[in-house]
Amino acid sequence: MFTKSMISRRSLLAAGAAALALPAGMSSLTRPAAAALVVDVTKGQVAPMPIALPSFIGADATTAELGANITGVVASDLQNSGLFAPLPQESYIEKITNFGQPPRFADWRTIQAQALVTGQIVAQGDGRVRAEFRLWDIFAQAQVIGLQFTTTPKNFRRMGHMIADAIYKALTGEDGYFDTRVVFISEEGPKDKRVKKLSIMDQDGFNVRMLTDGADLVLTPRFSPTSQEITYMSFAGGNPRVYLFNIETGQKEIVGVFPNMTFSPRFSPDGEQVIMSLQNGGNANIYTLDMRSKATRQLTTTAAIDTAPSYSPDGARICFESDRGGGQQIYVMNSDGSGQQRISSGEGRYSTPVWSPRGDHIAFTKFTAGAFSIGVIKPDGSGERILTSGFHNEGPTWAPNGRVLMFFRESPGENGGPQLYSVDLTGYNERLIKTPGFASDPAWSPLLKQG
Amino acid sequence: MLRRFADWKLAVALMGFLALAGCTKKNTPNLDGSAGQAAPGSVGDFQTNVGDRIYFLVDQSTLTEEGQQTLTRQAAWLQQYPNVTVQIEGHADERGTREYNIALSARRATVTREFLTAQGIEAARVTTIAYGKERPVALCDAESCWAQNRRSVTVVTGGATGG
Repeated sequence: MFTKSMISRRSLLAAGAAALALPAGMSSLTRPAAAALVVDVTKGQVAPMPIALPSFIGADATTAELGANITGVVASDLQNSGLFAPLPQESYIEKITNFGQPPRFADWRTIQAQALVTGQIVAQGDGRVRAEFRLWDIFAQAQVIGLQFTTTPKNFRRMGHMIADAIYKALTGEDGYFDTRVVFISEEGPKDKRVKKLSIMDQDGFNVRMLTDGADLVLTPRFSPTSQEITYMSFAGGNPRVYLFNIETGQKEIVGVFPNMTFSPRFSPDGEQVIMSLQNGGNANIYTLDMRSKATRQLTTTAAIDTAPSYSPDGARICFESDRGGGQQIYVMNSDGSGQQRISSGEGRYSTPVWSPRGDHIAFTKFTAGAFSIGVIKPDGSGERILTSGFHNEGPTWAPNGRVLMFFRESPGENGGPQLYSVDLTGYNERLIKTPGFASDPAWSPLLKQG
Repeated sequence: MLRRFADWKLAVALMGFLALAGCTKKNTPNLDGSAGQAAPGSVGDFQTNVGDRIYFLVDQSTLTEEGQQTLTRQAAWLQQYPNVTVQIEGHADERGTREYNIALSARRATVTREFLTAQGIEAARVTTIAYGKERPVALCDAESCWAQNRRSVTVVTGGATGG
């Protein structure tokens, strides 16, 4: 669907290239900017980097409009990250008219831009379009990266997200997270008769699609890391079970053959296991089901509620919640069930632990003194931090780069309901993700595959 | 934020009174003249004269004394109408996380079922389902409502008089 390639600095007009005194070697074009132009993602509330994003140019009205739309997506992604401040286009002094020519750096310095993105859209004649762009370091007067993507015009939002990811990576040194989706539950109707639908959207709230019709109660969807599948809980037929949903075919199937209710599913990082809880009388224990052999394995054996299991990114360990000690707390164990040990130790009830894709944190929901908070803790139980707190926050999920989380927040009142929010690992930059109606149980996808 | 915490404290202070008032009213069989209006052995008879639901304390699945009384009446009624089958719905209030509440409500349904079967009701007549916090009946943000949502409800699924 997409092709991507680098743009050589040689393609710049000779005069410009000479003025820039570019090095001859062109092989390492995507390396992070030299010295100055680096955004630190690890500190909360850094001053966002001023970046100029003139609309990508096009030779005709159609490509020019597409260019403006793609630039809008890029600007919106970068702004939402909290790390960049796109400068208003009205303030730009230089009007970009020739993509092949280097910008007039002084003009961009005047408006305080530290980085500049120039681009153009080229119609290829086969119905596809090519977006070419360059990221410039204004102070170093140098190109940081140059890339091109080719796709059909209707994919313009994804094209924008990919470009934003490339810019984010070039300037922060971290992988981006804009070309991703979120699976979640759409909620409709009064609180005591909620209709819930399995739904999917882009990470920025665009392209919402309902995957089920609301006839069955559905909960807690999670992406497969390797296939176009979602695992979730459905009450279809009055028989609550863990299901698989194929996003491409729309097919649903029950996961495994269990004598009782199964719930709280999640994939292993290699996509080969589904880990979940099996209810047996008053107790819930954690099981895995191998997707190929269909073999099941019981990992916990307590007379308690063990649920919300989540693998570490290397698959070697699992975090989960258990009330075996009286109240809900977070535990960690090896993936074979050995070495179970409690890691949370503060006041209150800890639940829904989710291991970061980077491996360095576990996000959780904490209930204490009438407030529901989202927090993170290190896998060894140290470094607990609360990121947001209030009437009801629940169910964190990680962006694939482990720097941003999404969760749902219930508003109080009879007509209240849940909405999705994102927040930085630092606790800053909390943002509402607008959805058509109420939304809960978000789960972030890995970066989408290009091509 | 401050305002909300103030409300919360007030709610907690009133909790004992409200919960008592709310539950007593809901749980006691109707002893006035309207009792005779539901046909004996009907769903209405069960709901009105026996009481179809019991309540639980916060994060608990232990049967209260009042709950045991209601379940004792349910067992007697089910003995009287041996063709009736029931499904016990377990529920939790909204002040918990989704996955845990599913398991907690399953625990409540299980405890309820075990009480009935211990009273001699055939296990095959009693199924359970766990709804977690998905089906609240009282919608306010106060203990008076949450107390009504922490419940197990015995739903007649077949064999009752009057279809």
